[in-house]
Amino acid sequence: MDIIIIGMLLGGAYALMAMGLQLQYGVARIMNLANGEMLVAGSFAAFWIFTGYQYSPVLSIVIVAPLAFGANWLIYKIFMRPLVKRAKSEGQLEVDSILSTFGQSFILVGLMLALFGGEYFSYSYLEEPFEIMGEAYELNRIIAFLFSAVLCGSLYFWLNRTRLGLTFRAVSVNAEAAGLVGINVPRAAALAFGIGGAVTASGGALLSMFLTFDASVGVIFTMKALVIVIMGGVRDIRGTILIAFVLGLAETAVASLIDPGLTLAAAYFLFIIILLFRPEGLFGRRSV
Amino acid sequence: MNKFSFHKPLITGVAIAAMAVSISAVSAETIKIGASAPKTGPLAGGSTVSYWPNVKLWVEQVNARGGIKLKSGKAKIELIEYDDRTNPGEAIKNIQRLATQDKVDFILAPYGTGFNLATAPIFAKFNYPLITHTAITDKIDVLTKRYPNIFFTLGSTTAFSVSVVNILKKMRADGKIGSRVAMVNVADAFGIEMANAARPVFKKEGFEIVYDKSYPLGSPDLSPVIRGAKASKPDAFVAWSYPPDTFGLTAQAKVQGLNVKAYYTAVATAFPAFGGKFGKAAEGILGAGGINPDEAAMKKYFAAHRKVTGKTPDYWASGMVYATFQILEKAIEGVGTKDRKAVINYIKNNAFKTVMGPIKFKNQNNEKFWTVGQWQGGKFYGVSSTGRPGAKSINAKPKW
Repeated sequence: MDIIIIGMLLGGAYALMAMGLQLQYGVARIMNLANGEMLVAGSFAAFWIFTGYQYSPVLSIVIVAPLAFGANWLIYKIFMRPLVKRAKSEGQLEVDSILSTFGQSFILVGLMLALFGGEYFSYSYLEEPFEIMGEAYELNRIIAFLFSAVLCGSLYFWLNRTRLGLTFRAVSVNAEAAGLVGINVPRAAALAFGIGGAVTASGGALLSMFLTFDASVGVIFTMKALVIVIMGGVRDIRGTILIAFVLGLAETAVASLIDPGLTLAAAYFLFIIILLFRPEGLFGRRSV
Repeated sequence: MNKFSFHKPLITGVAIAAMAVSISAVSAETIKIGASAPKTGPLAGGSTVSYWPNVKLWVEQVNARGGIKLKSGKAKIELIEYDDRTNPGEAIKNIQRLATQDKVDFILAPYGTGFNLATAPIFAKFNYPLITHTAITDKIDVLTKRYPNIFFTLGSTTAFSVSVVNILKKMRADGKIGSRVAMVNVADAFGIEMANAARPVFKKEGFEIVYDKSYPLGSPDLSPVIRGAKASKPDAFVAWSYPPDTFGLTAQAKVQGLNVKAYYTAVATAFPAFGGKFGKAAEGILGAGGINPDEAAMKKYFAAHRKVTGKTPDYWASGMVYATFQILEKAIEGVGTKDRKAVINYIKNNAFKTVMGPIKFKNQNNEKFWTVGQWQGGKFYGVSSTGRPGAKSINAKPKW
């Protein structure tokens, strides 16, 4: 039982890392390698707000999310849009965006290094035991999980039940056709990129409650998010959410039942299996 | 408009600047010192606590004194620093560049065991003294025989693991703990080496290792590890851990109430951030390293470090990093020239007064170093060493 709870908590954390990237890649078609850095930026913001002004990291999202949305929207307008315009094919855009965001990740690392320095950051907030059926779990992890679940639910609902969500899904399925039926594709892409960034940075703010971070740790989050998004199928947020929880459960089960040393192996084993048998991802559509 | 009106003042300015540079170069001799260590990448979190602030502190202090005393007069330090991005290949290139392009007079040792070992051949090739401060290895004998220019200060892997075992042995003899030990390690060169060194010693001393697992570097969730360790009902918990997991394991142990009388985490337990995060809960936690923070020289060093860099040094490697810079400075002054071979010989044959206490190399190795420390009353005190005076007695860890 405790394996399931710990696994779900970890899965919630993974969902926070990956959902933003899914929006950015699925709708805006930008394979954002600076995703992890955006997440760490959110962590730094929460750390700064908590240690400097004593506001809860959870509340810091109110500030972090709009700021990150604005920043990512600008990044898209200034750095990404020209690439989209000149790209002759989706493949070319992918390569260009990978190179560009790879560069951006270095810039972001440098900025955070200059602002905060390179040491490890960690603080204690709600690091208290919370008992579920006689077993103690960290309260801050549970809160992060609840937020993650709410975020997953609302993103899913929003994408499937609202007009803007429909627009996003249309762009995601076929950007060209979406343009033909009167959807403002550049606007939708910019919005998706901004929202994705806001989700990622908010995730960073929540994760900072229990993860020790430093300015250059972002690449680890990027890797994890990439693996999850690719496994889930790049076009569908359901896949990302499901895989995040599957991965969390699988890693915890392996760590508890077999050996904690094998968690990474288990994760990449799943990755290989999915790539072998469903290379388009769990919820991806086979290209015709 | 013609071009000249724009260019003339510029040219004059450049000329003046060039003159100013050449004048200052003539008037005072400088000594070029190179430094290469991580500013980004996985090890940056450690090096920005223990290494870079000390570089800044030392250079500022030396230059405030007027420079290093040579026979030809005082020479101010001109520092050239590079980021090795926690990449050994990059570190090697940096050292090569410092030696051949920048032609620096001396190079400060890089940060971390792997980086010192990776760059040792280049240091040897160009005859630079390599006074390591953050290198722990069991190959000290082999390396000092191979490279006449390398010096070790921080200790050996075996000494570190053996002293942890000895502490547990003492606590058991005092009736504070039993024989059940839960041991975990990070699946990285450091953690694996330490665990391998400790395992036979634990067995030999009659300890029962009831939980023995590793976890990958950068694990986002260590609760299964602590859960497993707790289920094994240990008397002592030993983790050969790296900075992020030292924090992660301790947070989990606290939440899950892993109450043992002896709780040890390795690297970063001595970091001020550790005491800052856990506060009173850190009381009684054992960790790698340690110093004697109540010593006058150490107190002075802490104050200067805080004043110049705005940061608190850690209670282990920081002091040793600074000590190696002191040794280099004294050796250069002892020789009185920038002759690197002579400086290496001077280091081999003389004793040095440092913030860590007197250091005299024996076969290029400092045999007296701190191995285990413990948080006591908000400070991290050395409780075990291989011959350093001032070790505090060990307390049993109170409940979280």
